[in-house]
Amino acid sequence: MNRRRFLVLSGAILLPAIWAPARATPAEVKAAIRRAVGDAPLQPGRVKLDVPVLVENGNAVALAASIDALPGEVRAMHVFADGNPLPNVGSFRFGPRTGQPRIATRMRLATSQTVIAIAQMTDGTCFTDSVDLLVTLAACLE
Amino acid sequence: MVRVLINVPKTARRGEVIELKVLISHPMETGQRRNDMGQPIPRDIIHSFRCTYNNELVLDADFYPAISANPFLSFTALAEESGQIVMTFTDDHGVEQTESRAITVA
Repeated sequence: MNRRRFLVLSGAILLPAIWAPARATPAEVKAAIRRAVGDAPLQPGRVKLDVPVLVENGNAVALAASIDALPGEVRAMHVFADGNPLPNVGSFRFGPRTGQPRIATRMRLATSQTVIAIAQMTDGTCFTDSVDLLVTLAACLE
Repeated sequence: MVRVLINVPKTARRGEVIELKVLISHPMETGQRRNDMGQPIPRDIIHSFRCTYNNELVLDADFYPAISANPFLSFTALAEESGQIVMTFTDDHGVEQTESRAITVA
């Protein structure tokens, strides 16, 4: 093996290790969700998660989550991104002065992945919505 | 003290749902990045945010590093009587900042 070949090969081995964003394992995602809402089963429906399906810039992705319910019925809204190094995005607890159970913010996405919104009701049941999206420019790389 | 942009209507009708928007100037350093020397850059984010309306809770939020730099948050409150809308947030240095806006309910 000459020097040129060695450099090319070592680069090929090392570069993906540096560039590939760390991704939470499915077990870590499950654990993060359990820490937020406990063991309640997640029922699809009622929640509406509004994010773009094709993301050009992962550093600031608009996110809106709402649920078809009265404000007093909803305890909190939790958002997770299963392809980020840390799956949690944010937890938003509502109070007696909340107008409608909905929030909007901007998040970072490290790679193409699934974004999950979970609404936790005051009686402990959980409703969920998720969106698979494609990220062309990832966050966290520089 | 960081720069904060808060959008709260000055007046509202009784029982109206009002939209509250806040934009905080903050780098929200994730703790995942490294500097030119390969050293990890320590995490520095706003990790909690709370909004009250005359001392009653509107929204209590936990932020994680996945919230973008210069965090923006939009949410709603129920206008029942005139008073103060107070927003408080805390960063990783333990610095707490409070902003308040008056609202008149007709």
